[in-house]
Amino acid sequence: MTALVLAEHDNKTLKEGTLKTVAAALKVDKDVHVLVVGKGCKGVAEAAAKIAGVAKVLLADAVAYAHPLAESIAPLILRLADGYDAVLAPATTTGKNIMPRVAAALDVMQISDIISVESSDTFKRPIYAGNAIQTVQTSDSIKIITVRTTTFDAAEAEGGSALIENIKAGETQKMSTFVKAELSKSDRPELTSAKIVISGGRGMGSGKNFKLIEAVADKLNAAIGASRAAVDAGFVPNDFQVGQTGKIVAPDLYIAVGISGAIQHLAGMKDSKIIVAINKDEEAPIFQVADYGLVMDLFEALPQLEKAL
Amino acid sequence: MKVLVPVKRVVDFNVKVRVKADKSGVELQNVKMSMNPFDEIAVEEAVRLKEAGKVSEIIIISIGPQQAQETIRTGLAMGGDRGILVKTDQITEPLAVAKILQKIVADEKPDLVIMGKQAIDDDCNQTGQMLATLLGWPQGTFASEVKLSGSSVVVTREIDGGLETLKLTIPAIITTDLRLNEPRYASLPNIMKAKQKPIDMKTPEDYGVDISPRLKSLKVEEPTKRETGIRVESVEELVSKLKKEGAI
Repeated sequence: MTALVLAEHDNKTLKEGTLKTVAAALKVDKDVHVLVVGKGCKGVAEAAAKIAGVAKVLLADAVAYAHPLAESIAPLILRLADGYDAVLAPATTTGKNIMPRVAAALDVMQISDIISVESSDTFKRPIYAGNAIQTVQTSDSIKIITVRTTTFDAAEAEGGSALIENIKAGETQKMSTFVKAELSKSDRPELTSAKIVISGGRGMGSGKNFKLIEAVADKLNAAIGASRAAVDAGFVPNDFQVGQTGKIVAPDLYIAVGISGAIQHLAGMKDSKIIVAINKDEEAPIFQVADYGLVMDLFEALPQLEKAL
Repeated sequence: MKVLVPVKRVVDFNVKVRVKADKSGVELQNVKMSMNPFDEIAVEEAVRLKEAGKVSEIIIISIGPQQAQETIRTGLAMGGDRGILVKTDQITEPLAVAKILQKIVADEKPDLVIMGKQAIDDDCNQTGQMLATLLGWPQGTFASEVKLSGSSVVVTREIDGGLETLKLTIPAIITTDLRLNEPRYASLPNIMKAKQKPIDMKTPEDYGVDISPRLKSLKVEEPTKRETGIRVESVEELVSKLKKEGAI
């Protein structure tokens, strides 16, 4: 049987999460097709066609898909679903927004945020903010799945030579229209795919003090994250938030600065390979998950760290 | 304008959950239960719209055990007008909940359904989107700002790259994210008043909805624990350890 993967992209580049979702899909089915929906996104389809293991790329390129509106994309997936026994999307805000619409229309229970494929019908997923791991089995005829991409190794971006098939856009809908997007612009690597992430918490004291983190991030080519406390305090925008309700990250190196380590935050970063915690409170729970803990005032530690790198 | 707010009774977010020894689930006996935090934000948003004169009635709904009545009372104390409890002791999956809510919407004909983006127990993040589909309504998920304007609602959403603003026709579904508002604490007089507010008692059978779970839970386990590492004494020591590991 064949699985369909909804590609994550911005009409220009294919996002890393797609490669990881393809890897998960290949564990569910032998054949994997990728669906690219957007406007002027032929380049994305070409990139998807090169992913190792992808047999076919479906490209729906239309003005109506310039922005990934769930009300427009879900019916398109629904139209295609008949030919597949599984449809997977990365568990990003886009995937989470669209996929339950597909599941409900098909009258199946979506399996959200899987962290492993045990067999073609059995999956592991975190519940209670990752404090418990549930193994679930589905008997639905089609599986609608979102994938926690940090726990899967990416499929090879090169090596495939899949056919690209243009498919017709669906009917346009009028109930939901795009008004605007305010996207953070940054030259830094993306938080969810960066090799190194350095995050600041309430201990940073102010948004201005994040300059200290930026200086270290510059040296390490790292992405910058934050705890919910730092976001709620208005130090940095919401899309910096690492945690159960923010972004889930699993870089090679995660440096937590002035972060106490609430369960909420740990759920978003505890799969990182190496965790470093810098905090002046030696009782902070973050030290329980840290490979290297440094009990020190961050306002001394960060400038020293920048110099030492 | 009428607003429905579905709320879920879940393990309080401050409780450290424990997995049962037989792996059948997590321990719910003698554990503090509260309203799902995202649902509190949904109630708060509805109450603010009512206070601004834009909403005339708020109906708080819960699908769950008898004790979910307390969760509804919390919502009524915050400013809801009346409640509906759909009583069941079964585990309810998002699809089943969405189907029951679909029936309640058909009865009540609200203009908006405002609900949490996910419950902090099963972390599914599905019910709002599913309900929107079953009703053929638009959805504004992960909302951080909601503005009513005539026959439409403008919703600003928290997305991975930042914020996105959508305009939806009404009726619509809105699911709440953390930064939409800060929910109030109900005052004692309001808690007393809430005891007098009506709650309709229903069952899933009343709505003709089959709520048997579609997914079979094979087991629930503790996550693999990270071993606690070592303390370093200085920045130099930290940097040298990280270099040795090839991390930097």
